[in-house]
Amino acid sequence: MRNVWTVAKREFNMYFASPVAYAFSFVILLVLGLFFYADFANAAVQQGTPDPTRTISLFVTLLLFFSPAVTMRLMAEEQRTGTIELLLTAPVREWELVAGKWLAAFGFLTILVAASLVYALILSRFVTPGLDIGLLAAAYLGLLLIVAAFLAIGVCVSTLFTNQIAAFFGIMAVNLLLWVISYPVQNATGPVAAVLQYLDFSNHFYNNFFRGVINLTDVVYFVSVSVFFLFVASRVVESRRWR
Amino acid sequence: MIEVEGLTKRYGERTAINGLTFQANKGEVVGFLGPNGAGKTTTMRILTGYMPPSEGKGKVAGYDLLTESLEVRRRVGYLPENVPLYPEMTVVQYLDFMAELRKIPNRNDRVDEVMEKVDIAARAESFIGNLSKGLRQRVGLAQALLHQPEVLILDEPMEGLDPQQQISVKKLIKEIGAEHTVMLSTHILSHAQELCNRVIIINGGQIVAEDTPDRLSASLAGGGRVHLTVDGDGAGLLEELQRLPGLTEVVVVKDGQFEIVTAPGPDARPAIASRVVGGGWGLLELRRERLSLEEIFIELTRETTGAEAADDADEPEAA
Repeated sequence: MRNVWTVAKREFNMYFASPVAYAFSFVILLVLGLFFYADFANAAVQQGTPDPTRTISLFVTLLLFFSPAVTMRLMAEEQRTGTIELLLTAPVREWELVAGKWLAAFGFLTILVAASLVYALILSRFVTPGLDIGLLAAAYLGLLLIVAAFLAIGVCVSTLFTNQIAAFFGIMAVNLLLWVISYPVQNATGPVAAVLQYLDFSNHFYNNFFRGVINLTDVVYFVSVSVFFLFVASRVVESRRWR
Repeated sequence: MIEVEGLTKRYGERTAINGLTFQANKGEVVGFLGPNGAGKTTTMRILTGYMPPSEGKGKVAGYDLLTESLEVRRRVGYLPENVPLYPEMTVVQYLDFMAELRKIPNRNDRVDEVMEKVDIAARAESFIGNLSKGLRQRVGLAQALLHQPEVLILDEPMEGLDPQQQISVKKLIKEIGAEHTVMLSTHILSHAQELCNRVIIINGGQIVAEDTPDRLSASLAGGGRVHLTVDGDGAGLLEELQRLPGLTEVVVVKDGQFEIVTAPGPDARPAIASRVVGGGWGLLELRRERLSLEEIFIELTRETTGAEAADDADEPEAA
């Protein structure tokens, strides 16, 4: 267990030792800021109320495409340079390594998510009688859970590659697939449709968290997706020993 | 100590090592010699718990390689070939990270101690990516020594070091080898001769020789090349020589000059001399070229590759 922390700490520091974390944060926060401003100005002109969840849905969409940049390196680079050899000949279990990597990425994105709270804070000063805190809390919980799942997918797919760019697109493909998997069966019924609808990320997010509903099933869904992909990742790392 | 039996590793169709059995005791430095692709790295990766063998079993530091891999890894220090390190970390950051993974008490003191030992303390704050090959090698060595391992496994530890550094690393290995078990691979035979109590030569995934460096060269030293020069054209001498026992090959270099390859065993020169003189040829020169460990190594490893080549050549005919 302590190894998870050791690995996570190193990996977290590495984000800030390179320009990756700064560049990533800059782009995300810039886009969020622009849209927030546009939204805000629009609402002012039309005498309406700006929607506090707008930045959150935009955030999720950005992460769908860009979160692979945070995870693509994690395992692929270790495998390319061979540094994984020294990790796996130290008394470290595969799952500890994988979990540590994920925790580092999650820590980094949690900071970014926390930074985006500033938009809600600004809005709450302008809107009377204040924002719907319950709605906001549910949406942010959903955001964190979906981030956890995206990053677990990232770590998992990264173990399959030694090339970061390949890993990037591989991760994005899985993210997108799980995002749209129920589109073809949106209005269908039957067991297959039910399964696909259950597997769909956006269903769990937009239909519930985003509307201020915290359902245990949705929480369980995202947690189990994360655990599943991390489990697969540790098995992939383990299988490397047997090849 | 290291004890392995029948170690075999296959990568798909290719057999990297085949039925290796050997041991290395406490207080022993064992050299692992072989040409590139002989299976040295594969064997070392198995011994360090990086991957399990396809067949065979082994114990390292008293723990089973297969069932107690984690215990083995706690007690083994490993310096992989090419020394994979994180370029974006400083030396001290990296060593501290490895020390934390290995749960070493009083981490800071131990890291300082090891850096002193391998003489890298002056570059503690440098990024590993900016270090020369020799310095990186020393960081790798420091990492392998952090937890005072019972067994130290070094894959090409001298690679990329300048002569001065080689001397200090050799000293270090001897020091550690006095109390612990050290296994190192190299293809520089003088290093093996100097450092190792025992040498294992492998080729094509199999052990072709195993002995102390001295005995290895002694047992093979009888084998060598003898230059013979006689007065005149030496007509008829070739046939005479070919009848002598203990000579593997006799070649006429030019009139009156012969090159003779002798088999390992007692020196063949007295027999050659008496035959030459007895036959009435005028003996001008009889000179032996000693086989160095290098040549023995080449001889041993060529035999196997030669045999393999012959096998390959046979196959199309059989088919």
